[in-house]
Amino acid sequence: MTAAVFFGCTFIAFGPAIALFLFTIAREPLRVIFLIAGAFFWLVSLLLSSLVWFISVQISNKDSAVQQKGLLIFGVVLSVLLQETFPMSHPPDLSGLGFGFMSGAFSVVNILADSVGPGTIGIHGDSQHYFLSSAFMTMAIILLHMFWGVVFFDACEKQQWWAVAAVVISHLVVSCLTFQNPEYVASLVPTYVILFLMGIWAFYSAGGSLRNLKLCLTCKDKDFLLANHRPR
Amino acid sequence: MLFVPVTLCMLLVVATIKSLHFYTDKTDQQLIYTPFTENTSSVGRRLLNSVLNAVVMIGVIVAMTVLLVFLYKYRCYKVIHGWLILSSLLLLFWFSFMYLSEVLKTYNVAMDYPTAGVLIWNFGAVGMACVHWKGPLALQQAYLIVVSALMALVFVKYLPEWSAWLILALVSVYDLVAVLSPKGPLRMLVETAQERNEPIFPALIYSSAMAWTTGPADGEPGRASDEEAEPSGRAAAAEDDDDEQEERGVKLGLGDFIFYSVLVGKAAAGGGDWNTTAACFVAILIGLCVTLLLLAIFKKALPALPISITFGLICYFATDSLARPFMDDLAAHHFYI
Repeated sequence: MTAAVFFGCTFIAFGPAIALFLFTIAREPLRVIFLIAGAFFWLVSLLLSSLVWFISVQISNKDSAVQQKGLLIFGVVLSVLLQETFPMSHPPDLSGLGFGFMSGAFSVVNILADSVGPGTIGIHGDSQHYFLSSAFMTMAIILLHMFWGVVFFDACEKQQWWAVAAVVISHLVVSCLTFQNPEYVASLVPTYVILFLMGIWAFYSAGGSLRNLKLCLTCKDKDFLLANHRPR
Repeated sequence: MLFVPVTLCMLLVVATIKSLHFYTDKTDQQLIYTPFTENTSSVGRRLLNSVLNAVVMIGVIVAMTVLLVFLYKYRCYKVIHGWLILSSLLLLFWFSFMYLSEVLKTYNVAMDYPTAGVLIWNFGAVGMACVHWKGPLALQQAYLIVVSALMALVFVKYLPEWSAWLILALVSVYDLVAVLSPKGPLRMLVETAQERNEPIFPALIYSSAMAWTTGPADGEPGRASDEEAEPSGRAAAAEDDDDEQEERGVKLGLGDFIFYSVLVGKAAAGGGDWNTTAACFVAILIGLCVTLLLLAIFKKALPALPISITFGLICYFATDSLARPFMDDLAAHHFYI
């Protein structure tokens, strides 16, 4: 494990999120505040769910590994549900991205810190792809949080409760897919499929369309250009 | 606005603590302001000692603040300037030399004394000029951030564990009292400065913009901070004037920077877990947001420590005891939430 692994995994995990941050958020302090508020709400939901898990562990049988794993699964489900109940502040992509940043950071930062140090991955027979799959999973989760935020907020505004339920269920599905780790193929591939689908759904809920996309990509979108003061 | 400098200061402290072992090595040496040792045999004794340490430290801070206000009120400007210059000298030359030598030791780089002398001389002299006299705003801001980080690192190294947390809690209470109560020393400092229409010493305050005041109503923040870094920070906004050139800048005392960084630094030093550090980081930034929001509503000098430190302390203890085992278990099984 070297600096190469560390930087590689960091950029895989946080690259798209940091790019989003730099291009859409960094210039305006108000948007940064909303992002941090989103991160804070995720943190609060994590603390609540870990409180419940901690209490349940204390009253359980600590020697039984099966029970501990079951409690952990319960903790995961509870955590996902709590995250979805937290109020989404107005710019839904920002609160979603805030959730994503915090969630990604909590999942992967300790792993990245360990990757800088000496060691051989998988020396006891575990998977050799631990770091790489963590990084890809984290990237997917961060982007998914943002898409979920957009769709959730839009669905709440339009009172489409089936869409809200779909968001919650897809979050649960993604988390439950990770229970199959270390069978990384089984968890990563469906996660990316869900990521792709949610991305398209979020794009359409945010008002995107094929026409907008074409205008944007060929730099002919007048509103966007005016807003960014670029002559064309 | 203020997020960038606060974030930079905290990042600098965390990066230093994680890479240089000097600042986390256990040492029996303590500051004279925390005379009671925490290496005691019983938990009760340790708790008592930390409480006493915190009381002594807060006592020193209160005394220094009152002394500063006294000197300011009776116009002993020379004494105050002398005091501030002495403490800046200490920070910019001595502490930065210590920092440089620890960096060189950690990365095993050899440097001869003349080179080090030239570097430190240049760093310190430019710093003194920027902070106490004139200099480009960005450079002054950079030096203030570095100075706060150095001070915070000294605290992280020399304050024992439990005393540090208690001191943080008590200092926020003191900040609240000193800034908001009518006879509070810091409130008197701000009001006196406003009456006399003078800015409070630049060495104590970070300001995010140049304020070319042509009229009255310049809300000044005040924070007495010297080598012992008396806390009590406030944030105040420079009011807009008729003059269009007036820049709206927000000011934050250096003691605020220092204590925020001490909190995050202690979180980073204790245990090596990044989740706790990230949690404290976000909590402090949210506290700062709320404080700035209140500032926009009330438009007068407000204490910047209480809300952030409260959120920070709650998040630290909650994350350390609850979220950390949960996340460790999840990471071990490779589950994601």
